[in-house]
Amino acid sequence: MIEEFLLRALVAGVGVAAVAGPLGCFVVWRRMAYFGATLAHGALLGVALGLLIGVDPVFGIAASSVLIALIVTGLQRQRTIGGDTLLGILAHAGLALGLVALAFMSGVRIDLMAYLFGDVLAVTWIDILWIYLGGTAVLAALALIWNSLLAITLNEELARAEGVAVVPLQLAFMLILAVVIAIAMKVVGVLLIVSLLIIPAAAARPFARTPEQMAALAAIVGALSVAAGLFASLQWDTPAGPSIVVAATAIFATSFTLGGALGKRTA
Amino acid sequence: MPTVPGPLVMPPEAQAAGPDLLVEVKNLTVRFGQTSALDRVDLKVSGGEIVSLIGPNGAGKTTLVRAVAGLIEASAGTLWRRPGLRIGYVPQRLSIDRVMPLTVRRLLTLAQPGSGGRDGKVEAALREVDAADLIEHAVQDLSGGEFQRVMLARALLRRPQLLLLDEPLQGVDLGGQLALYDLIGRLRRRHGMGVLLVSHDLHIVMAATDRVVCLNHHVCCSGAPESVQHHPEYVALFGAEAARRLAVYAHAHDHAHDLAGNPVPAADAGGADREPEHPS
Repeated sequence: MIEEFLLRALVAGVGVAAVAGPLGCFVVWRRMAYFGATLAHGALLGVALGLLIGVDPVFGIAASSVLIALIVTGLQRQRTIGGDTLLGILAHAGLALGLVALAFMSGVRIDLMAYLFGDVLAVTWIDILWIYLGGTAVLAALALIWNSLLAITLNEELARAEGVAVVPLQLAFMLILAVVIAIAMKVVGVLLIVSLLIIPAAAARPFARTPEQMAALAAIVGALSVAAGLFASLQWDTPAGPSIVVAATAIFATSFTLGGALGKRTA
Repeated sequence: MPTVPGPLVMPPEAQAAGPDLLVEVKNLTVRFGQTSALDRVDLKVSGGEIVSLIGPNGAGKTTLVRAVAGLIEASAGTLWRRPGLRIGYVPQRLSIDRVMPLTVRRLLTLAQPGSGGRDGKVEAALREVDAADLIEHAVQDLSGGEFQRVMLARALLRRPQLLLLDEPLQGVDLGGQLALYDLIGRLRRRHGMGVLLVSHDLHIVMAATDRVVCLNHHVCCSGAPESVQHHPEYVALFGAEAARRLAVYAHAHDHAHDLAGNPVPAADAGGADREPEHPS
């Protein structure tokens, strides 16, 4: 008989993976891995803000994500600091500010490690409800804008000429990303969230011929990683979140090697 | 189906210019910072007409096409498009990254939201450009010529009244270039669409071109291919030697090229389907 806490972890993790897979494909296609990492690190500041004004951290994370997205967009035009440097500054400033802000809140007892590395073995059924509600909303929104988002990812100029509203789509994509970061935080923590977005997507690439196949495969790889990681965590008493990421990386390495071997035709 | 944004200003003369007029640009000036990319440019494209843009690098050819596509705002002047005009646009140097898996079929169904690609239109469009056998290929595996055909098929799915082709021959090998120009001419005849195309080469325009517009920020000269070739501004811009080498692409009757690329008198001065060129 499977322990209930493990079942909860599995249900929560699979729920997050099912959403992170398709969304992660866009992060990979749009080359936004570092942008995702910046949002995730900055999310800790969002958590602190949420606790400070007494609302659910999800809203704080949404606020910090929008703030970071606006700063990145606003500063992209200047040329004296490169984009990677800018993202690095924002990511680490957000993380550091979050840590400092949390230290000031003496009244609140929080488990910092749970935010940084996740605490999937401690998820409650209420958390799971949130993950599945948020996840369903994210998948519905993604399905709605799927074709337009693919079009602007392929060629923004062409999409614009054909009447696709580029800016609202980019904004919607960032908001969706923020929601996924918020719901994935419980499972792997802010430091490892991006791995759940990009590693399954990268593992799916060699075996996909269309964007939709890649999205579905990425969700499956993510779910397998969660199951394997949780099993390993139980077996060898390793931390659950990092074990999930290690499992995903192992699947990616296998896929990449296999894909390279048989993939001369798709290479 | 999304249409391009409405006209910026509608000059009253535009309607008087004929029911076939698709686009009319008047005195169009586009400035990027201090420099003028386009300086008081006039251009008209009507249905069934092929207009070729030539000019040196950085002359503003792409800027003009992008302005017609509704992607750039004019600093001055007017741009009129027939209300509800459907444009099929093929941008320059479009490349699709390998990070996204994509078959030709999916690329084309993406251009046709709603149908899901089950109505046979994708297959029909590919047949029109002689690329039906490419449908399950990954777009990243296509040659330059194959990719341009697929992009043309994609544009056709939108049932365009105006095709905007920015250097459609770029990355296409020589044999493919000829076939591609033939194809564009054929599509124009079959659908009666207007075509505005940027030539990748200063000295070559396609045989079926009705009008050549030579652009160097301003319109140096325009007219039938043969008249542009002898226009003083064209000669001044490219030099007499280059000017003599302007040739309709498929049927250069007045000269051929030797192995070094120098023009030599053609052995066969006859022409099956058009007047002989001016002797040079």
